[in-house]
Amino acid sequence: MSIVFFLFQQTMFFSIPLLIVALGGMYSERSGVVNIALEGIMVIGAFFGIFFINIMQSGNILSGNLLFFITILVVALIGGIYSMLHAYASINMNADQVISGTALNMFAPAFAIYTARMIQGVQQVQFKNQFRIASVPFLGDIPVIGQLLFTNTYISTYIGFVILLVSIFVLYKTRFGLRLRACGEHPGAADSVGINVYKMRYIGVFISGALAGVGGLVFVIPTSTNFNADVAGYGFLALAVLIFGQWQPLKILGASLFFGISKTVAATYAIVPVLTNLGIPDYIYKMVPYIATLILLSFTSKKSSAPKAAGQAYDKGAR
Amino acid sequence: MSNKKKTFFKSEIMDSFLSSFTAIIIGLLFGFIILLLSNPNQAFAGFKTILMGGFSGGAKGIGDTLYFATPIILTGLSVGFAFKTGLFNIGAPGQFVVGSFFAVYVGILFPALGLVHWIVALIAGTIGGALWGLLPGILKAYKNVNEVIASIMMNYIGIYLVNMLVRDNAMIFDTLRNQSKFPHKSAIIPKMGLNLLFPGSSVNGGFFIAILAVIVIYFILNKTTFGYELKAVGHNKDASRYAGINEKKSIVLSMVISGALAGLGGALLLLAGAGKHLEVVDILPAEGFNGVPVALLGMSHPIGVFLSALFIAHLGRGGFYLQRLNFVPEIITIITSSIVYFSAFALIMKNYVQKIRKKFQKNNEGENANDDISENKAIENIEEVE
Repeated sequence: MSIVFFLFQQTMFFSIPLLIVALGGMYSERSGVVNIALEGIMVIGAFFGIFFINIMQSGNILSGNLLFFITILVVALIGGIYSMLHAYASINMNADQVISGTALNMFAPAFAIYTARMIQGVQQVQFKNQFRIASVPFLGDIPVIGQLLFTNTYISTYIGFVILLVSIFVLYKTRFGLRLRACGEHPGAADSVGINVYKMRYIGVFISGALAGVGGLVFVIPTSTNFNADVAGYGFLALAVLIFGQWQPLKILGASLFFGISKTVAATYAIVPVLTNLGIPDYIYKMVPYIATLILLSFTSKKSSAPKAAGQAYDKGAR
Repeated sequence: MSNKKKTFFKSEIMDSFLSSFTAIIIGLLFGFIILLLSNPNQAFAGFKTILMGGFSGGAKGIGDTLYFATPIILTGLSVGFAFKTGLFNIGAPGQFVVGSFFAVYVGILFPALGLVHWIVALIAGTIGGALWGLLPGILKAYKNVNEVIASIMMNYIGIYLVNMLVRDNAMIFDTLRNQSKFPHKSAIIPKMGLNLLFPGSSVNGGFFIAILAVIVIYFILNKTTFGYELKAVGHNKDASRYAGINEKKSIVLSMVISGALAGLGGALLLLAGAGKHLEVVDILPAEGFNGVPVALLGMSHPIGVFLSALFIAHLGRGGFYLQRLNFVPEIITIITSSIVYFSAFALIMKNYVQKIRKKFQKNNEGENANDDISENKAIENIEEVE
């Protein structure tokens, strides 16, 4: 039974970053801007975040989960600012959003490595992992749920769920959310009732940058003690999760959990007795989530719920 | 009429070239500023080294530029071809790695092929890449699966599959170094005299094969009905179907050809005899991803891709020699990515330049002003399709 708890806890470490970044991508695409720069923004967020933590820890200025929380806020801001490059190119300059996104993806790891080596001599940025919560005070003692959700965890898990709930509320229950969605489906109609499509899209991209930055940080912290300018393609995986989740928050949660569980099984099957007895090669486990996604996508893509105006520059004159 | 068409045609290409050129200048300037900020004393020397590129190493350096350009010419063609037909082939790394596996497999296990061994191995690599592009193509054409996601999935499936096949095959796997073994000597691409022109470098006949691929793709895209149909489907799927083109078949074939090009790139790299092996690590080949900026800078035109691949390889060599001055070579990627970023603006700049040019020419033509405008628009529309 403890294995089940362990697997669940590990799944959170893989799923929550995917969830956060995919939700970010959702904001951007729902407003009409395709943001494939998520990978690059994750790297920038993780780099600045880990560097910030490194400095704060070395100087003994801040530590523990307070530091983690503050870093999340810092990184959200930085991610949002970095994504403004993409926003400006896509919205004001009517650039091909793929080009702009690709440029940001290329720039981020190069910048992270260059800056790290210029400042501290080596490429890897170290940090001390003081953020693991062994058990949340009262909630961790609840019989089953306590062990599943409140032991051996990080505050990022809860922040991820909060972001999810806020996103569902904002997207479907507020005027802002409605206007945002309108800009992605039919910007001309939105414009005709007075919504500033450009401003909406800027906000959408900023939120996606902020969330992607946070996602990058949250990806590195539970799984490592250093950052090496790479997020293992999670930004692209988040795009897959976004499309798999049909641009809807709850389905995105489902898709991220699916991926998270698959990745966890691939990484930990050696300690699960049932699975080791099957004798399946390790690479097959690694391939399963991707193959499964392809199969599932081939059944669900006929009626794609993609925002209709995603990827197209908005031209006021065309109305 | 044809005279006017020629001048407008020239100006279209000129505008594209000017906009790419502007992006390159801005990108280089940005890189120079970063050099200044990191190490002001060495900044000028560093910038000069970047601009000199492979020339810093003499004949060997130039040869190495050609060697490093070869795989990205192919992946650039791959991505550019897909772009021209309306698809974003981000699966180039996966196709590249599967192609290199097929090539290495034939290269190690079929020495009996003798003289044609390397040719067969290259063809095998091309087929491998083609197969890997086939599935996303089918899924896109018949099931409306977004080719970006399908290709990303295939990238990961590809690297894991190849890693598994290499590691579990005793004939191919070098356990000590965790990579594939050397292909048989007869599978290595012949030097074709390039080792005499550029002694000491790794350049080989693969460069000529890359040039051949550029010519073939140019021919397909611009001189055949097939290429015309592919481009038409890229512009407007529904209109093409209305015109009688089988758009599903076109999409599949586009991805297959795109994959084949990337696979050939992988084969050319692994059979170059320069010591490149298939390492069993879960990392996608950078040459695959670098096809995207190469294609974007080259405006997806085969000749543009060729020149932009040479340029990016040239800068890359500059970054290599930059290490002598204690700069971090990643500055090159910073410069390249800035160039790509500004090339996105360049499109809007190109429209702006075209408008100015047209206004200028309209004023010059005096009485026939009105005729020229409508003729211009008609000619411009014809060129837009190309």
